[in-house]
Parts: sequence; C-alpha cells; structure tokens
Amino acid sequence: MKLRLVILLTLLIFFIVNINGQDLKSPGVISGNIQTIGQYYQEDSIINAALPEHLYGFNGFANINYQKGDFRAGIRYESYLNTLEGYPTSFSGTGIGYRYLSWKSDNVGITIGNFYDQFGSGMIFRAYEERQLGIDNSLDGIRLTFQPVNGLFLKGMVGKQRHVFMDGLVNGNGIIRAFDSELNLNELLDSSNSWKFKATIGGSFVSKFNTDNNTSFFDLPKNVGASSIRLNLRYNKIRFSGEYVHKINDPYPDNQDSRFNYIYKNGEGVLLNLGYSTKGFAVDFSAKHMDNMLWRSTNVNVGPTDLLIGYLPALTKQHTYNLAATLYPYATNFYGEIAYQLDVLYKIPKKSFLGGKYGTSIALNFATAHVPERNFIEDMESTRTSYTSSVFSRSDSILFQDFNVEIKRKINKKLNISLNYFNFIFNDDAVKVANYYKMIYAQIAVMDLTYKINRHHSLRFETQAMWTNEDKGDWLFGQIEYTFSPHWYIAILDQYNSGNEDLKKRVHYGLISAGYINGSHRFSFQYGKQRAGVFCVGGVCRAVPASNGLTFSFTSSF
Amino acid sequence: MKKLLFLFYFSLFNFVIYSQLPNINLKDVNGNNKNLSKLSNNGNPIIISFWATWCKPCKAELNTIAEEYDDWVDETGVKLIAISIDDARSSSRVEPYINVQGWDYMVLLDPNGDCKRAMNVNNVPHTFLINGSGKIVWDHNNYSIGDEDELYEELVKISK
Repeated sequence: MKLRLVILLTLLIFFIVNINGQDLKSPGVISGNIQTIGQYYQEDSIINAALPEHLYGFNGFANINYQKGDFRAGIRYESYLNTLEGYPTSFSGTGIGYRYLSWKSDNVGITIGNFYDQFGSGMIFRAYEERQLGIDNSLDGIRLTFQPVNGLFLKGMVGKQRHVFMDGLVNGNGIIRAFDSELNLNELLDSSNSWKFKATIGGSFVSKFNTDNNTSFFDLPKNVGASSIRLNLRYNKIRFSGEYVHKINDPYPDNQDSRFNYIYKNGEGVLLNLGYSTKGFAVDFSAKHMDNMLWRSTNVNVGPTDLLIGYLPALTKQHTYNLAATLYPYATNFYGEIAYQLDVLYKIPKKSFLGGKYGTSIALNFATAHVPERNFIEDMESTRTSYTSSVFSRSDSILFQDFNVEIKRKINKKLNISLNYFNFIFNDDAVKVANYYKMIYAQIAVMDLTYKINRHHSLRFETQAMWTNEDKGDWLFGQIEYTFSPHWYIAILDQYNSGNEDLKKRVHYGLISAGYINGSHRFSFQYGKQRAGVFCVGGVCRAVPASNGLTFSFTSSF
Repeated sequence: MKKLLFLFYFSLFNFVIYSQLPNINLKDVNGNNKNLSKLSNNGNPIIISFWATWCKPCKAELNTIAEEYDDWVDETGVKLIAISIDDARSSSRVEPYINVQGWDYMVLLDPNGDCKRAMNVNNVPHTFLINGSGKIVWDHNNYSIGDEDELYEELVKISK
C-alpha cells in the first residue's frame, strides 16, 4: 500500500513538472478511432435465424487518445444497444470500458488504469483485446517497466481483470500479480550486435489471489502461482525458440467430465519452434505439449473466454476462405493436447519453366493435435490429481488434423490465380463445435482469380467446394467482387448446402455487400443470410448464430 | 525502488522529440528491439503498413509494392515499415513468409496490438504515409488493386 502511495505521489509531481517543464509550444495531439456495427434482424425459420424482440442490434466503440511528449492518456467509450446477436450477452449498456494514463521515457514506463500486455507467447500471461470475439481481459491496475541497462527489460504489474461490461467496466474479483524479465544478450554486449549468433532469454512469474468459491466440498487454494522460462536462439538463417510454463494446482469445476472436476494436478505447457528460412525457401516446425493449463482469475464457472490469464495458442494455420475458416476451425483444447505443425514454403523462381514469368509460390501446411496419454489413478477421494501424464506422450485419440496446400501464381500483368486444397479430420466428440459429436472428415478445394481490368477497376472470382459424408454434408460457395480503387467495392456471394441429407435444409445463403472507403473512413453494408458458424480470431473461436437481415458498419480513425 | 524513482525523476528533464509515432518498443523478426518513435529516415518519407500473415489483401498490397519498391526508394528515398499484428499463434509464420517473398522492408512484430492501438488501427490493412518530420500526411484503411498508385502519387507529392 505504501508503495502504491509513493507511486501515485510521484505521478502527481510528474504531471505538474511535465506540463510546466516541457515543450510549451506543442499543446499535444488528440487522436482516436471509432467503430460501429448496426444490424436489423429478420426472422428466417428455414435457417434457424431467430428474431430478437429488440429487432435491432448495435455495437459501438470509440477510442480517444491524448499524447504530449512522453505522456499518453486515453479512454474507450463502448455501447451495446442492444448487443449484436452472437456477441457475449454479458456486454450491455453504454459507458467507459477502458481508461489509462501512461508515461514512458527511454528506460522507465508507468501505466495506471487499463492496460494490455503479454509475456512470451502468452501461455503464462496475456491481457488482450479481440473486439470481434468480445474478448477483453485488460488489467486494471498499475504497471511499471524498467530497463536498467541496454538489453534488459523488467516489467511488474498488479491489477484486476476486466470481466464484463454493464454500462461500464466491470472487473472480476481476482487479483493478478505479474513479473517478467527479458535479456537480449546481443543488446547487452554491444560488441556482439553484429554477431550471427543471437540469444534472448526470459522468465516470468504470475500469481493470482482469488476467493471466488462455489463449492463447500473442497478447499481451494486462494493463491496460485505459475512460472515460465523462454529462450530464443538464432544463428544465421536458423532460429529456435522454446518456452516452458509450470502452474501449481488450480482446481476448476467441470460439469461435463467428472475426471476433470476440481482436480489438484499441476499444469504444464511446452512450446517449441525450429525454423530455417532464406530467399525463396522456408521450413518451419512447431511442437506443443499442453496439459491442464486452464488459467483463470476465478475458480467458479464463467463464460469460456472470460477471465483467462493465459493464452493457449492453437498450432494450426488460420484459414481465411469461408468454408475452411468457419465450418471446422480448431481452437486449443483446455484439458490438454499434444500438437505438431510443419510448414514448407517455396517460391519457384521467375522466368523458369515451372515458375512462369513472375514466379509461383507454394505453401504446404500439416498440423495435428492429439489427446495426451493419461493414466487415470483412483485418487478422487484423497489427493485428487486424477491422472498422471508425461511430456509429449500422446494417445491415439486424435483431436484435429489439417493438411493444406496453396499455389499462387501471377499469370500476366492482369491475372492472378490461387488454388487451395484442404483435408480436415475433426473430432467433434471432443471439440464440440459443430454439434455433431462424432468424427468429421472433410475436403475443400478453392479457386481464387483476380483480374485487373485497368488501373482502377478489378474483378475477383472465388469458388469453393467442400466434400464430406458427415455433419451437414457437402457445401458450395461462390463469390464475385468488383472494386473501383480507391473508394468502392461491391460483392455478391452465395453458400449452398448442396449435400444436406434433409432436402429442406439444402438452402442458399445469399449475401450482397458493398462499401465506400475514403482514407481511414470506411462505410459498408450487407444484406442477406448468414449461416450459423464458428468465428475465430487467433485460434480462439466463438459460435455465431444464423441471421438474416441488414448490417451497417462504419470505421474511422482521426 | 529508490533507484527506480531516482531514474524516474531524472528522466523527467529529458528533451522530447516531437513525433506522431508512438513511443513503443517492437521487435523485428531477428529479435532486435526497435523504438518506433526513434526510427528516422534522414528526413525522407516513411510508409507504415499494418498487416498479418492471415490477411489476403494485406499481402496483396505489400507484394504489389514490393515489385516497384526499388524504384520508389530511388525516386523518393522512402522506407517501408511493415508491422505484423500476428499473435503468438501465427507470429512464427512472419519470418518464413517475408523471406520467401523476398521483401526488402523493415518488418516489426506487434503481437499484442500495442502499436495497433496507439496508431488507432481498427483493422488491417491500414497504411500510413509519414513525412520527413514525423507527421502522418495520408492514411488508407483497405486495399484494392490500384490503391498503390494513389499511395505513390501522395509519396511523390511530399518528397519534392
């Protein structure tokens, strides 16, 4: 408490000195951005689009930042009037959801209020914002950063996590204390800056204090700590990175599987990456072992993306073609998984027989995730560790597999072509995203053509087809897009569930979309049907219900 | 702690260079730390383009500019900084991609969106043109074929 007082006093003095002492001629800069999305819903019983009683949905965000020299301050005003369908319903009303003051010099920085941060890959700690998914677990508290010598970075912070929004920011009850250090060897030893060998090491400690408890049967630890070490090495064109996280026992309720209900097992995470890349060729391999790494600042049941302290990256490629991205996308399994991924990129040189006049790019990606090998021990009446497991020991039970190839080629000055093939194995019994609860085997092919008519006008055609005997069967997708640089675009697209066993559900999901862009201002609308699907950003997914209606959106920055 | 406070008081009196670029440390793909507000191009213009490995229009924009980049540099002295907003899931894809494509840009990583937030970027691609004194003179949020011509015209205007 005493420390906090000293810091607050310091800040106060600083503001006075800063405002009086600095560059008086410059009044500072105000900048900001705004994003609004409005939807008008129509009922559509064929695609299961429900009509909410408020008919309209609206989400709005406006950030205002002020900067003067090394001082920054800002707020974000948020409105959910009413929250868009599919967005977390725990976001409602209108008010301020984020505010901060910060000051940063060459080697010291202070932030008070809300802030975002990440240690290493984020497995141990990541406070971040993914507005499209309704994720915002910013920390509300105080952060200090300090760089005592060149190459050494220290960070310490304490705060509460943003949980929901009800006419303003609502924090969770838990308190997070986090410390991170990172040493860049080459920057520390100035003379080694030109070395081909580069090394960075880092370490973190994060602890939470939480008294939320919905059970009278178990004694839950009120303080839970996690620690991690990480290493980045590079020699010439080869790089390696590794990270290890260990979390002490942290029991959570689990209504679906009693073997994971309030277990007192430690959590563990390992992330490895090895890569080689040069002009025209790259190969990259990643491996991940993750077990019992669910890590929230509360130990009661909350929404799946609420109050998460750590971020568990999925080792799969994030796809952008509609059918590949939204039907069977993968997110990390919270219980644990062993995952591997291999990428090979090759650019066939230009003016070669195979490469053509402009060269051809090929990208191969292969990813798998399996359930860890778990030996369940009958200790639920005593120690409740539930099972034993060992690092990188995986079972036969597959969670996900994805093999995909992309070939891109510029045919001539006007025509670009991209061909893609995807092969998925998706265990919906474990992943429970498609509500099919069995294995799904699917293949997708995509052809994407871009044709430049002249300097300002261009056309894009996209066709996709998916083949599967499971779930909702085959799908077809087509899109035509016309753009008039730099201001206009219009697109018409259709998805057709051609292979649904239920003939009534062989529905066309037609959509028309148009937009106007002027500098940093962008206005767009779309009208039509959207199928229920899974919307993912950065390996975190949210199920979006089917809808039919009109959507307006506007984004701008100033 | 005392030392820290001392340093803090001391640094209050440091001189501040005015720039519209935020005082944020970002890593390049080699792991070197770069402070955005301290990057200069000897009074020549800078283009900052926010992109991601999963963003098709972003890659189209930067690949298109890459074909003409040498000419742009010769004519205007411009330097392009491509800031990737890929997070921990995909940030390991950045280096292989840029090496295979052979981009000559400075590529920085913004895995938790700090720089994106500070520069008021809502979505990618978002491209800024910054003049020799660090002021943002033009920006564009989107990419469609032909937009690179508008950027080039603006670039030529400020480098005269």
